[in-house]
Amino acid sequence: MSNNIPGDLQYTKSHEWVRQVHGEAPNGAIEIGITDHAQSALGDLVFVEVPDVGRVLQAGEACAVVESVKAASDVYCPVAGKVSANNGALASKPELLNEDPYGAGWLFRLEAGASARASSLMSASAYETFLAEESK
Amino acid sequence: MGLKTPLYGTHVQQGAKIVDFGGWDMPLHYGSQIEEHHAVRRDAGMFDVSHMAIVDLTGGRVREFLRLLLANDVGRLKTFGKALYSCMLLPNGGVIDDLIVYYMSETWYRVVVNAGTRDKDLAWIVKHALDFEVAVVERKDLAMIAVQGPNARGKSATLLLPEQQAAVLELKPFFGAPFGSWFVARTGYTGEDGFEIMIPAAEAADVWNRLLQQGVKPVGLGARDTLRLEAGMNLYGNDMDENFHPLESGLAWTVAFEPTDRDFIGREALERAQREGGRELVGLLLEERGVLRSHQKVLLGGASGLEGDVTSGTFSPTLNRSIALARVPKTSQPAVQVEIRGKLHAARIVKPPFVRYGKPLIDIS
Repeated sequence: MSNNIPGDLQYTKSHEWVRQVHGEAPNGAIEIGITDHAQSALGDLVFVEVPDVGRVLQAGEACAVVESVKAASDVYCPVAGKVSANNGALASKPELLNEDPYGAGWLFRLEAGASARASSLMSASAYETFLAEESK
Repeated sequence: MGLKTPLYGTHVQQGAKIVDFGGWDMPLHYGSQIEEHHAVRRDAGMFDVSHMAIVDLTGGRVREFLRLLLANDVGRLKTFGKALYSCMLLPNGGVIDDLIVYYMSETWYRVVVNAGTRDKDLAWIVKHALDFEVAVVERKDLAMIAVQGPNARGKSATLLLPEQQAAVLELKPFFGAPFGSWFVARTGYTGEDGFEIMIPAAEAADVWNRLLQQGVKPVGLGARDTLRLEAGMNLYGNDMDENFHPLESGLAWTVAFEPTDRDFIGREALERAQREGGRELVGLLLEERGVLRSHQKVLLGGASGLEGDVTSGTFSPTLNRSIALARVPKTSQPAVQVEIRGKLHAARIVKPPFVRYGKPLIDIS
């Protein structure tokens, strides 16, 4: 099982990652994707649906869909905010998500207030512990 | 901890992701399901199908027994080694299982049934075999490897003795024959040419690894499903089960109503169903992005208000589109809509198979 967990990102229990993007929007933005563990568990991805720009999302809201050959899986928005960008390349190349889940396979960006970011996200080491617990 | 085939250790060694399938620990894929799919369409792949049950039926009245038990007619088998695909039905026409039967000799037929239905199949067969004094023996001593793809037969043949190679390559489609300790049949579940090879369980790992050395790629259950669906082949439990009869499961071609004086279990119910019309199993091609999945609702065209269900749906790696089998009321309108996560998507009814011998058979433009 593939298990790359970059130290500079934050994570959720539903296997999304969150990256702070500075210099975008008034308060910066956050970028969201699914983890290496998640893409590996799903297998070859064949369809990705990302939220439209401008959509306002609540924390925990199902906002994107990633489908592999075998199954569809929801992606949950880690924090509340407004979608400022989405990864259009995934429409024709969903395999980017398997090949580069923390880079070219990003899903969308949110304008989120500073308060929204100080949420219950996990650090890389906490996520690693969580995965180890989950696989027991 | 599930049941394990003789090849379980080999799969784990070769990096398989193992999943539960009908109580068996089976390989889902060995890395990339899509690459495995393409290997079968373009070259050669191999599947461990040892979880399926091989059952030998013997006795002086075995032919008479099978002509009652099966909806297709083993009376059509005139040459030793010939295989026949058939459903085994309940009296009400519901499908207990689909199977392949091989005509081994006058007093010996071999059937191969699904793993998930093994127990009820054997109980049903034994119950009816008693009246015909037919012996029912499950061949747990045998493993089975399916080698499929345009280069599958050539690569498999190299494992046999030189004097056997020409003969195995001369096997006609849907025929099988013994070669030493092997029984090789030119059958499969992928829409490609190839063999299904039954071998003593103790030889299975060796044969698998020798095929690997010939460049035959291990393929898991994931690609097995996308390959069979592209080939328009039914999966028991999805596209047919005891709640539906063969005529509404795309399997009318497997029911032998002729000769009319042959009685078989389920015949009366099917003759009644034939007069009533009803539903049919069709192919679907999704016209938009997305993936069709089983249990999605299919809305027929016009203001009919008629609905059906997707029975199997997937992404087709060969067509790069989503395809499905669906059970719908009989209709002449090919344009339909499928409900995916609350939204309606345009789809088109097409005639399976979608892909055969590596080539698309439907217009995807």
